Amino acid sequence: MSGTFVGMPAFPSAAREALGDTQLRRNLAHATRTIRDKRAQVVGEVEEWEELRLAGAGVKEAALRDLATHLETLEESLTRAGATVHWARDAEEACAIVARVAKSHDVDEVVKVKSMATLEIGLNDHLEREGIAAWETDLAELIVQLGDDLPSHILVPAIHRNRAEIREIFRRRMAAVGRPAPDDLSDDPAALAGAAREHMREKFLRAKVAVSGANFAVADTGTLVVVESEGNGRMCLTLPDVLVSVVGIEKVVATWSELDPLLRLLPRSSTGERMNPYTSTWSGVTPGDGPQEVHVVLLDNGRTRALADEVGRQALRCIRCSACLNVCPVYERVGGHAYGSVYPGPIGAILNPLLRGVEDEQTASLPYASSLCGACFEVCPVRIDIPSVLVEQRAAVVDSHRSDRVPKAEAVAMRAAAWTFSDSRRLRLAERASGLAGRVLGRFSRTTLPGGRAAAGRLPGPAAGWTGARDLPAPPEESFREWWDRTDGGRADGEEGRS
Amino acid sequence: MRVALQVTCVNDAMFPDTGKAVVRLLRRLGVEVDFPRAQTCCAQPMVNTGYLDEAVPVVRNFVDAFAGYDAIVTPSGSCAGSVRHQHALVAERSGDPALADAVARTAPRTYEFTELIVDVLGVTDVGAYFPHRVTYHPTCHSLRMLGVGDRPRRLLEEVRGIQLVDLPQAEECCGFGGTFALKNADTSIAMGADKARHVRDTGAEVLVAGDNSCLMHIGGVLSRQRAGVRVMHLAEILASTDETEGESDGPVVGERAGDIS
Repeated sequence: MSGTFVGMPAFPSAAREALGDTQLRRNLAHATRTIRDKRAQVVGEVEEWEELRLAGAGVKEAALRDLATHLETLEESLTRAGATVHWARDAEEACAIVARVAKSHDVDEVVKVKSMATLEIGLNDHLEREGIAAWETDLAELIVQLGDDLPSHILVPAIHRNRAEIREIFRRRMAAVGRPAPDDLSDDPAALAGAAREHMREKFLRAKVAVSGANFAVADTGTLVVVESEGNGRMCLTLPDVLVSVVGIEKVVATWSELDPLLRLLPRSSTGERMNPYTSTWSGVTPGDGPQEVHVVLLDNGRTRALADEVGRQALRCIRCSACLNVCPVYERVGGHAYGSVYPGPIGAILNPLLRGVEDEQTASLPYASSLCGACFEVCPVRIDIPSVLVEQRAAVVDSHRSDRVPKAEAVAMRAAAWTFSDSRRLRLAERASGLAGRVLGRFSRTTLPGGRAAAGRLPGPAAGWTGARDLPAPPEESFREWWDRTDGGRADGEEGRS
Repeated sequence: MRVALQVTCVNDAMFPDTGKAVVRLLRRLGVEVDFPRAQTCCAQPMVNTGYLDEAVPVVRNFVDAFAGYDAIVTPSGSCAGSVRHQHALVAERSGDPALADAVARTAPRTYEFTELIVDVLGVTDVGAYFPHRVTYHPTCHSLRMLGVGDRPRRLLEEVRGIQLVDLPQAEECCGFGGTFALKNADTSIAMGADKARHVRDTGAEVLVAGDNSCLMHIGGVLSRQRAGVRVMHLAEILASTDETEGESDGPVVGERAGDIS
């Protein structure tokens, strides 16, 4: 019971549709601004924030540099601590492993800790096909699941919903899958949380198998770490007998001390909290305490592909805080669904092409889903230079089309521009032509820009994308270089350089 | 000190008055700039759209055109950012060590024009006069890529007669983004509409910024809305004096194409 991102249109058309969703626009503008301000405030309290960012980036970079070694150490430590380690090359293998474990215990349901990796591999759908219900227990994930919806944010997947919508979802959908919402449910946040708590509690108490991800994996002790705000994750991690954790291979760090900068960076960047409320750590099996059968699925699913990309590999430093989403002016307006992935926003615009390649049109549209304003880089706690990776991934898209038999119109235009810009004589000729066009456009123009300059009017073809909603000045009759030559840089026109 | 003006392709072809204003302003401050005729474009349109091979001859043309100058000054944070942060990437792509060497010489000598005025010339009062209500938009690349900081503001604050008002959400992108404005026109407009709203909220008559490409976008939205706000490049305000202000009904905004006929 969830939607699917499969078959989503490319970003520009998905975005166009989202921009017309007034409720979405309102909800997102309000929510992103609230989290953004909260983050800015608590980050501002830390004097050595920049040093902390450098430390966080350094820790993750060091882990990635020796990834193979750390992963082998992690496997040894986990095995020694009583866990069973599985390796999954892709989504299908990972899903099959989780299903196998669940089936070996004859269960028809599992409870889930909020986890991006399991969303990435489409675990819930896979388990459903195998006759196993996967119950999301993170409040926002529950809202998405009950609403037959898709997540639109990494941290707050139901950010596109407001409380009136959440009330409706609870009233209509809870009864079909468990304890119904109370008849008199209001849209008061405390009442909504209360209804969710009652609904989930019976699932916590009943479930034999839990599925989680992990925010970090400590190699030398074999410890997995889950960072959450609600305590629902801890319920899943401690009550059931069996725990399966799907962990991206980039989550590994060498030792406990590496967690120090990361656990300080994450809450402030993510929820705008000074310290994380529920930080759960476990190392394999502890007899008589918590799950007695522990599985860890180490997931590649494109990560080694991303790692091989010299510029793009820094995206694997991501600790899924969502700060880049919350400050992104594009995300704020179009929301997460337009990105067609569980990883939306600026990080999604680089992570998806890095994990999957740029062969399909939808993924290839993502690196262009940015004005390159740089706000994402500024807030990233592990200093991922997202704008640079976006440009690099754009180059990957362009390069993947270099052997096309019929080049795209854009490629033809870019080659023509490059030819013109490679020699100033060509540019001078082009400017003369544009000056003539300016004369003609100016004469027929019925619009004057504020300040008095003639506008070019509505243009056809690709330029219509501009003039459809924006006036465009008509080109001047005389380019700067023509003026310079005519007046000797303003010295000879009697106006001392003034036009 | 030999200073070259990198006027930028957008200003050369579309906004020559900004180039003229820089020449006039720097001349007033005692700096004669050269205009190397061989210059064209910084290659940013190609780089930012992913056409790195196509950018190589353009960057080559840039380093040839500006070789030998002590400083290269440009009235665009975005183009200065491209030169300083992207030319090395293009040179690496070319595999030509000579191009990489040439880039290593031109890139660090390239200044956004407020950096040259404040840091190199050590001036903040440029003797300008501009009696209008003005709001300033810090463009993303000047703000975050170059880090020009409060230099433009310090220069504006010294302008006589100016009424400078703060722009709400000033640091948020206007939605131009180069080819983003065409490839994702709808999102670009949505961002531009919000920026225009904030500009209108200030009650300013003039929106000023250090990049004409961003101003072409915001100005285009404001113009289509008949908002009664005009856009001006920072250099044009800083170049304004009592004389220019008295002569026309407004500062230099470009020839009307129709006037010639």
